[in-house]
Amino acid sequence: MNARIGHIASNTFREAVRDRVLYNLIAFALLLSGAAILVGQISIDIERLVVVDLGLTAVSLFGIVIAIFIGIGLVSKEIEKRTLYTVLSRPVRRWEFIVGKFLGLAGTLVVNTFFMAIGVFGALLYVTHKFSAADASILIALYFIILEFLIVCALALLFSSFSTPLLSAIFAFSLFVIGSFAEDLRGFAAMTHGFTRWIATAAAYLVPNFSVLNVISAAAHEQHLSAQLILQNTFYALFYTAMALCGAVLIFERRNLK
Amino acid sequence: MAAIEILGLEKTYRVGFWRKRPKRALQPLHLTVEDGEIFGFLGPNGAGKTTTLKMLMGLVFPTAGTARILGHEWTDPEVKAQIGFLPEQPYFYDYLTAHELLDYYGQLSGVPAKDRKRRIEEVLALVGLTDIKGVQLRKFSKGMLQRAGIAQAILHNPRLVFFDEPMSGLDPLGRREVRDLMEQLKHEGKTVFFSTHILSDAEALCDRVAIIHQGELRGVGAVEDLTSSVQGKVEIVWQGTQIPASMKALSPDCHITGDTVRAVISESQQDAAIDALRRERIRLIAITPLRTSLEAYFVEKLQSSQKTAGSST
Repeated sequence: MNARIGHIASNTFREAVRDRVLYNLIAFALLLSGAAILVGQISIDIERLVVVDLGLTAVSLFGIVIAIFIGIGLVSKEIEKRTLYTVLSRPVRRWEFIVGKFLGLAGTLVVNTFFMAIGVFGALLYVTHKFSAADASILIALYFIILEFLIVCALALLFSSFSTPLLSAIFAFSLFVIGSFAEDLRGFAAMTHGFTRWIATAAAYLVPNFSVLNVISAAAHEQHLSAQLILQNTFYALFYTAMALCGAVLIFERRNLK
Repeated sequence: MAAIEILGLEKTYRVGFWRKRPKRALQPLHLTVEDGEIFGFLGPNGAGKTTTLKMLMGLVFPTAGTARILGHEWTDPEVKAQIGFLPEQPYFYDYLTAHELLDYYGQLSGVPAKDRKRRIEEVLALVGLTDIKGVQLRKFSKGMLQRAGIAQAILHNPRLVFFDEPMSGLDPLGRREVRDLMEQLKHEGKTVFFSTHILSDAEALCDRVAIIHQGELRGVGAVEDLTSSVQGKVEIVWQGTQIPASMKALSPDCHITGDTVRAVISESQQDAAIDALRRERIRLIAITPLRTSLEAYFVEKLQSSQKTAGSST
């Protein structure tokens, strides 16, 4: 990897840590330990299901909120505060800056998810007293959640490269919500006719398909997740992320930093 | 080789929400800065100084024109390893300490890891930032941030340094230190291009200056040439309190100060004045070309441009 990208990524990660972003882990830990104790007392035979479902949903939501709220400021905050001037006046290409920022935020989210995953498995161990082979599906669900974060980060960065933080947040959050129902949107498109079908199909395939990345319920119900699904989702998420990043780079390369 | 060659750079912004109209921030600018000189880019606020600097740094794209820096196309990212830039009112990552900030910028500029630590200490000492280890930039005063800004601009030992209003936010001592630093950079063979609206700084430091107003270059040249060529007058000083009639005829504006008299006359009357004083057996003390201050030249250029603009509307 280009060394400059690495330096920008590491500085982005350091910023997130110093801005106390990882403090969300405390809230997460409190939520999960409280839930585990409660579930242990009131659930009969479905403790695992409830803890996995609740835990993975919390991992996803916490991460999405961080991805959106940090992602939307990655470029616009640097322009607004003019910290970008002393970076781009060095031998740093604009695309390197975008990719470095993205990797820094993605790294923050991976570290965050790692600690949350420890919390989920800790809570699971508390209620079930042992791990089983089926718990591997939790790891796959966590991997898909990270793929989800990559797409959201790239989208937030894309919007941040041309819009205000508020509008970027609205766009990114809206796309996340719409993308969570992408499969339904595709089903709806298939039922329409003529021009509407053309438009609905285009929209359904253009928005990120987060529903295919959401296997929380399957993991909670100990269902098998195939290697093919893992490959497909990996390819899809990386492709979508790369496209969004290319869009961000194309816009940012032409932007005047007034 | 010229350090900077600006070849017709111009910038027009489109302003307004619905019906965007063009607003010209910089008229086509042609300017050459020689290697090893301190060059002052002068103009009032909003004259186009920062726009020019931002274009040279690749932060703003010109509407037309091109430039060469240190013999390379100004868009070549690699040339940036050889230049330093201090933006106007710099703001940095405030969660970092000055050492961390400089380490980060050193990494981006390609300063080898083995040299970075030593170089950071050197430049921090040079700008007078000591005893700040572990202090985050968010706790820095405006003057300290300015000093950190200067440190980051010279950290990687660049051949060419751009300073946008480098004295801004500094106290008189700090301003003096920055002046000394610029002279030291020149002594090391580096080129310094700095924008300012503080004319005394420019007059004291610059080999050459350019004056820009309303986005248009109004004058460029060596400070001495600009200031001496304006009036073509000399100041003549003689001993005594007596003003001969022949001198009064040459200059009605004679001033007695203590036991000397001063008069301002045109250069063409210089010989006649010397003859007049000799005839009266008065001791001549000095004849010196009268230099207009850079400030007077600057104001004259601005006023003439305003008159031109007024007459053309």
